[in-house]
Amino acid sequence: MDDATAKQFLERFPEAKPRESLDYKAYDVPADKLVEVCRVLRDDFGFTMLTDSTAIDWGEETSPRFTGIYHLFSWLGARYVRIAANCPDDAAPALPSLVELFPIANWQERETFDMFGIRFTGHPDLRRILMWDDYPYHPLRKEFPLAGHDGDLPAADVAEATKAKVIPAPMMGGPFHAPQKDHMSKREPRGADQSWNEAKPKPCSKD
Amino acid sequence: MPATTKEVDMQDVAARGADYGEELHGEEMTLNMGPSHPATHGVLRLRLKLDGDFITECDPVIGYLHRGDEKIAENMTYNQFVPYTDRLDYLAPLANNVCYAIAVEKLANLEVPPRCQTIRIICCELARISSHLLGLGVYGMDTGAMTTFLYTFTEREKLYSLFEELTGARFTTSYTRIGGVARDIPEGWLGRVSNFLNQFEPKIDELDNLLTRNKIFLDRTKDIAIISREDAIAYAFTGPNLRASGVDSDLRRDRPYCGYEDYDFEVPIGTVGDAYDRYLVRMEEVRQSVRIVRQAIDKMPEGPYFAEDAKKIHVPPKAKVLTSMEELIQNFMIVTEGPQMPAGEVYFEAENPKGILGFFIHSKGGGVPFRLKIRAPSFCSLSILPKIAKGLMMSDVPVVLGSFDFVMGECDR
Repeated sequence: MDDATAKQFLERFPEAKPRESLDYKAYDVPADKLVEVCRVLRDDFGFTMLTDSTAIDWGEETSPRFTGIYHLFSWLGARYVRIAANCPDDAAPALPSLVELFPIANWQERETFDMFGIRFTGHPDLRRILMWDDYPYHPLRKEFPLAGHDGDLPAADVAEATKAKVIPAPMMGGPFHAPQKDHMSKREPRGADQSWNEAKPKPCSKD
Repeated sequence: MPATTKEVDMQDVAARGADYGEELHGEEMTLNMGPSHPATHGVLRLRLKLDGDFITECDPVIGYLHRGDEKIAENMTYNQFVPYTDRLDYLAPLANNVCYAIAVEKLANLEVPPRCQTIRIICCELARISSHLLGLGVYGMDTGAMTTFLYTFTEREKLYSLFEELTGARFTTSYTRIGGVARDIPEGWLGRVSNFLNQFEPKIDELDNLLTRNKIFLDRTKDIAIISREDAIAYAFTGPNLRASGVDSDLRRDRPYCGYEDYDFEVPIGTVGDAYDRYLVRMEEVRQSVRIVRQAIDKMPEGPYFAEDAKKIHVPPKAKVLTSMEELIQNFMIVTEGPQMPAGEVYFEAENPKGILGFFIHSKGGGVPFRLKIRAPSFCSLSILPKIAKGLMMSDVPVVLGSFDFVMGECDR
């Protein structure tokens, strides 16, 4: 988005706040204005393709906790714009769905729902897409451990017959980088998750 | 009793297919296709509802190859993630490596030297040739032309030998680093690439002769799964699939990265948007890639192959690490802490063989991304299946899937 269109856009939506960005123009918009903003961007500003939509989880102790991120692309000058909307509720996060405007949002929002547990109001078919339907967790939330939780296999009859379970991933020795908390001189390189090793058994789910 | 002849009018089969309406003609049958099926190119599963041979409903089930790449990326340094990008579109790992490296360099606001850029362009275009060769060969096989597959794989084998010489691996190359590439091109490698291209051009003509005017191939692909411009954009189609629908779009030309603006190439565009157009566009792209690689070989500049002044991002050469104190520390810090990045968010998209691969990175500073999102072209291409599969025949499914040229590693991440 160039400066002239950005000015027009801000005149149209004074509630859109410029968002910090290292590349394209980016705006924070209120969740209830999201659909309207995207419709105007699509119809009046030429941003016809929703090229990517995702979310960020800022962590359990942050509020607002979830932010939806949308990248729209325009062939007029091959420009991008980034739209961000915070989920108003941290416990039951929800955003309005963009399926009416962009059919691709159907799958993209299913993925965001699957990974973050953000519900999209107005979505016609909000099912999990990458994980199986009964999977109880949302893996891209920050509190979900890298190794995963143990749990049941997707097919109940297979689990019954084999007694097999989903177990946390064996992560012996890696990933190998320093926890990025204090100053660099105060820490030494070690695995990110050091709570278990050969001597101590793997951690399982919280229960 | 004397034999009599009875004439039966079969009418036009294709026209009957086109006239197929909403009305159910026979008993409805549910058919499960995949996740292990040769025509689904990996682990795609389709839940199909059939009325005779016609599809009334299609529900793609994906996620069988989901490995949680985005979660993994949040837990490792930028350079450690490079091998994971190989496994996205595993038919063009070099192109993924380059796209990821440019995305992170954009975050660091780092310019790589011209030699590095030219090496990367050769990598991208050779990866495109390799990926399209597989796409075309397997597409031929999907429509019953086994021979083409053997022809294209012979050529891919030669490309893999070149990749092996350049990167040390045939398949999972992990060639780029943030701020450069892993090592310089070997002695005489450019000459061997040039030799490959010289013998490759007649081979691509041969493939063209085998397939493009093949009657069976034409019958099976023409006017199958026509995707309009509007649909292609609405479903965020990219790359050859989008161009086949008549949208004149190529990020290499429209938003040049890596110095693509200095190269001379054409962007092929389809007119109808059917499965045959998607084949034609890929075939032409292979020829254009050959052109680009030739130009890159001619202009390969001398100089460093990584950004030497980016002290906190790219590791120094091994010889210096072993002899100099400062470089030793630099090497140690980058390997253990990761390349040091500023805080902020960037989004970068590159024109990959399968479409536009994008990386969205939110950084809070330091060597590990806070959030990394991968925008996968195959994911978007497959999302249109429930819409277009309706009314197609069962035997069209392999053709449609083959024409999309998707990769599940990238779709499921």
